Amino acid sequence: MEGGVVLLDFWASMFGMRVRIALAEKEIKYEYREQDLRNKSDLLLQMNPVHKKIPVLIHNGKPICESLVQVQYIDEVWHDKAPLLPADPYKRATARFWADFVDKKMYDSGSKIWKTKGEEQEAAKKEFIENLKLLEGELGDNLYFGGEGFGYVDVALVPFYCWFYAYEQCGGFSIEAECPKLIAWVKRCMQKESVAKSLADPEKVYEFVLHLKKAYGIE
Amino acid sequence: MSMAGLVILDCWVSPFCMRVKIALNEKGLQYEARPEDLFGGKSDLLLNSNPIYKKVPVFLHDGKPLCESSIIVAYIDETWSSPPLHPPCSYGRAQARFWADYIDKKVFDACGNIWRSKGEVPVEAKTEFIEILKQLEGALGDKEYFNGATFGFVDIVAIPLTSWFFAVEKIGGFSVAAECPKFSSWMKRCLQRESVAKVMPDPEKVYESVLMFRKMQGID
Repeated sequence: MEGGVVLLDFWASMFGMRVRIALAEKEIKYEYREQDLRNKSDLLLQMNPVHKKIPVLIHNGKPICESLVQVQYIDEVWHDKAPLLPADPYKRATARFWADFVDKKMYDSGSKIWKTKGEEQEAAKKEFIENLKLLEGELGDNLYFGGEGFGYVDVALVPFYCWFYAYEQCGGFSIEAECPKLIAWVKRCMQKESVAKSLADPEKVYEFVLHLKKAYGIE
Repeated sequence: MSMAGLVILDCWVSPFCMRVKIALNEKGLQYEARPEDLFGGKSDLLLNSNPIYKKVPVFLHDGKPLCESSIIVAYIDETWSSPPLHPPCSYGRAQARFWADYIDKKVFDACGNIWRSKGEVPVEAKTEFIEILKQLEGALGDKEYFNGATFGFVDIVAIPLTSWFFAVEKIGGFSVAAECPKFSSWMKRCLQRESVAKVMPDPEKVYESVLMFRKMQGID
């Protein structure tokens, strides 16, 4: 027994979903606490004073922040089940590189799709698809980015899938048409219970995006 | 040219390249630093080894490329275990990775907001830069190094960026030592290490380069 685990999270956050998947893969029992991001709790502000963001993982009362740092921590502490990072240092470095690529590229280019219109939106869609194609290249003929088994890069990327429907509706395009191999990988991941129960409903995410567009005054 | 051994595709003024060289020095490893001409023409080796970003540093271990400086430093620490650069416990490592990520996200861009300013440097840019250093002072606490009693991962990630501080201070008209004395003491402590001193460039030379970059970017 490794002590109490609490996750401060927001239902639609792809970053929170990464942690939920990792915890589920390791079959760790934890307390999920939904956060109101417009009215941040004292606990959230105390546990993540630097960034004031979710997700925050609290283990035995001590906070860990930043989703990829949290996933690595979970992988190290609960190392006896469902390893996420490879054992070989070169493969680990490659996995970290691609998870970092997802972090650097996916959120910003995806956000631009629903936040902009016209030429700016077209450029955002193009960039988004280019990034997905690079990821498809890295996947190659493997079942998962982790090779034979589901791993760190899969955890880093798959949560973005539940936002694809919203991007497609806002951008007027089909991600599957552009990146069929990636969607085949998504479907494979979604067959895993840890993934299926951690991702938000794409319809609800789209409703949320529409609500955000109104709130930001974006048409 | 042989592809065996340890090679870094390098640029002397890049703080990101300095991180890798310091880590290799800490481990007592011999390596070849191959300078890249980032403005005149990047080598085929660089473009083939880092097709995604086409940037330095690239670290080649017996011909196998690794990219992204913090990831390369972690690889070096995992491959050559002595002396260890990360804390021994998982929580300590999580904290180290958090702060390395914070430094990566914040420091170089904050420097850029100052040295890239046309005319008067905005007060907000200077305030933000100092706030970031104060946040790092908080993380340092009463420790000798970010890593604790011994020099380690976060120190390696942070110290090279300080080679650009003289340029930032001159252009911004302020002093890091005056605003953040604790951070300044930590800098001096790190610079006493041979692994760091033989890699860090002369701050005056960095300043000359920054002035050249300003001209190239049409700021001056």
